[in-house]
Amino acid sequence: MVAASDASVLNGSGAKTLTGPGAHSGKISARDVNVFYGENQALKSVNVGIPERSVMAFIGPSGCGKSTFLRCINRMNDTIAGCRVTGKITLDNEDIYDSKLDVVQLRARVGMVFQKPNPFPKSIFDNIAYGPRIHGLAQSKTDLEGIVTASLKKAGLWDEVKDRLKEQGTGLSGGQQQRLCIARAIAVGPEVILMDEPCSALDPIATARIEELIDDLRKNFTIVIVTHSMQQAARVSQHTAFFHLGSLVEKGETQQIFMAPTDKRTQDYITGRIG
Amino acid sequence: MTRLLLSALILALGGAAYGLATDRARQLSGGKLSNLHSRLSYYGFFVALWTVLPALLLVIAWSIAEPMVMHSVVQSQLPADILTKSKAEVAMVDSSIGTIADGFQRLTPTELAAALASKTSLVDLLGSKGVALGTEPEAFQIAAAQQLNRWSDLSRYGITTIALGLAALGFVLSMFRLTGKLRARNAVEKIMLAGLVGASTVAILTTAGIVLSMLLETIHFFQKVPPQDFFLSTVWDPRFSAAGSTGTAGGQFGLLPLLWGTTYISLVALVVAVPIGLLAAIYMSEYASKRVRTVVKPMLELLAGIPTIVYGLFALISFGPFLRDAGAAIGVPVSASSVLTAGFVMGIMLIPFVSSLSDDVINAVPQTLRDGSLGLGATRSETIKQVVLPAALPGVIGAVLLAASRAIGETMIVVLAAGIAANITVNPLQPVTTMTVKIVSQLTGDLEFNSPQTLVAFALGLTLFTITLGLNIYALSVVRRFREHYE
Ligand SMILES: Nc1ncnc2c1ncn2[C@@H]1O[C@H](COP(=O)(O)OP(=O)(O)OP(=O)(O)O)[C@@H](O)[C@H]1O
Ligand SMILES: [Mg+2]
Repeated sequence: MVAASDASVLNGSGAKTLTGPGAHSGKISARDVNVFYGENQALKSVNVGIPERSVMAFIGPSGCGKSTFLRCINRMNDTIAGCRVTGKITLDNEDIYDSKLDVVQLRARVGMVFQKPNPFPKSIFDNIAYGPRIHGLAQSKTDLEGIVTASLKKAGLWDEVKDRLKEQGTGLSGGQQQRLCIARAIAVGPEVILMDEPCSALDPIATARIEELIDDLRKNFTIVIVTHSMQQAARVSQHTAFFHLGSLVEKGETQQIFMAPTDKRTQDYITGRIG
Repeated sequence: MTRLLLSALILALGGAAYGLATDRARQLSGGKLSNLHSRLSYYGFFVALWTVLPALLLVIAWSIAEPMVMHSVVQSQLPADILTKSKAEVAMVDSSIGTIADGFQRLTPTELAAALASKTSLVDLLGSKGVALGTEPEAFQIAAAQQLNRWSDLSRYGITTIALGLAALGFVLSMFRLTGKLRARNAVEKIMLAGLVGASTVAILTTAGIVLSMLLETIHFFQKVPPQDFFLSTVWDPRFSAAGSTGTAGGQFGLLPLLWGTTYISLVALVVAVPIGLLAAIYMSEYASKRVRTVVKPMLELLAGIPTIVYGLFALISFGPFLRDAGAAIGVPVSASSVLTAGFVMGIMLIPFVSSLSDDVINAVPQTLRDGSLGLGATRSETIKQVVLPAALPGVIGAVLLAASRAIGETMIVVLAAGIAANITVNPLQPVTTMTVKIVSQLTGDLEFNSPQTLVAFALGLTLFTITLGLNIYALSVVRRFREHYE
């Protein structure tokens, strides 16, 4: 299902630096990534580097491949039958499509928050404790409680749920559920958090809270966010990449992309002429 | 004209009416179909239904009423002394008149008149036409038969004329109503709706009828045997009751041994079917590639299509003897028909049932839940154990309950594989018997219908019905709650 283009780079050979167009030496670096769903090519030769401890936004019209690229970064595309990825994506200079890499460990390092909140049909506590339990992160019950509390606090949900940790996670409101999912992702202690339109189902107040949260998380995590809102991209991100029809058209500092885009398509998109 | 031919003719008229009505509607539209309220075919159906339905309903109604009318015609001809005789004798006379009337139909009127005038033997005459009479008919029988024939001729011509007239009337009247503004669609759909409601009413009424008739016979049974002797007794020994016996021979009708047998065998079957079925479902929905699924799933479902008598044969001639021989080899006495044999084979029968229902339920767990778990770095098996299965659990329970209710009602396998001895035993190597087996055995052979030996079958049937109905309702409500949760 998945093929790495060249697996010659061994795990942990951090000495090798990537060069070439778009290959920044960042936390994550993608070089010449192509993705196919069966016969259809969804991404064409994407090159991008994602800097550590900052927020990068992916924008672009619907169907241009933002989610597809995001799912490449923690190999969630593996679960889609008929999806094929070529090219090279590195995390801390390790090829994540290397056959020696353990995809389970990768996903523990690269967490994901989905577009639609998807809490497990378990208690709020168990939702957060799920990841730490399967990875054995807590030595004792108090340890686990500590992780759950800290994650909920970081996600800005603690005050709302501290008295009802035993209630079902699915009983929360949409915005609360989304923050629960963020807390769930944080609890595993990832290095990177991928967020696919995390605010698309939320009202402006919940959105503002999550944006605050993202700004906060930036201190400890590397964050990639897909969004359809130009304002949101401008508010929360330091870097922005614009996708169009499966290609990465333009990337750079958010300021520069929004103030002085070099490509006509980017300009048209952010001024609302395409999309 | 026979009823069948008449009905066919009416339907044909309906077809013609459809054609004429659509032509007429097209004319009315003046070339622009959008001028009409409904589409052309609705006008066609409107007139066709008016042509066919009243006439056809009349034919059906008359077909039901006619035998009763004819019966009373015959009765009115019988002399008073016959009517005072026993029911059976009156019925006998009745049917002989029917036979004579049938015979008369095969003679020409002149033949008949000649025969009646010359007093030749009617037995010989009708015998030569292929109608066998036992004795020479009496005068009142001949008169009644002739009367019967007159009435049935009348009925035949009458119904043909009236039905065709009704069809014509319906056609003409509905054609007159045909205008561009006629809401033909609404009318037609109302009739369709009535048809659908009628169909579901039939289904419900038959179910109610079945339950009611069972209930009546069960009440008969409990008039002869007190309920506590049925529900609380541990001895099943109905004794034999042959046809013609008075049916008072005191048997013992304890339900408990049969209930025990049914429960025990069903439990064994579930112990076999549930783990295998569930694991198969997990493999199929979570691990199998598309190609494997397209091959394996139909194969599993093929198992469900095997008639249960075939499983029973397998138990009887292969699995039972195999168990017995295997037991003998290690010095454990195993009887050829036993709880284990029946339960195991029934379990095999239930595997596809459990697996396909569980497969549906597991597939209904949203992919986003799996993604959420995998995205946290859980492995596939952790995801299945900790997220998918707990989420699917209510549905799986529902599936198991439905399987249980099938196991309880299963007959053929237990008839052949479980034995007929009503034991209460925990040893799975011993034969037991079930309610279904006893229903079959109490109702086969030469029997007296009014004896408790026979009626007990209805009490057993109603008990079985109640148990499985309860299980089904509970299972369906569990499954429905599960569905609501995710849709
Ligand atoms: N599971 C899949 N199977 C087949 N094709 C897919 C699948 N997922 C995505 N695609 C195709 O890949 C292309 C990119 O899809 P993707 O979901 O990445 O778009 P997107 O940029 O996230 O769009 P949106 O903003 O609407 O979420 C689309 O043409 C889509 O049809
Ligand atoms: Mg998307």
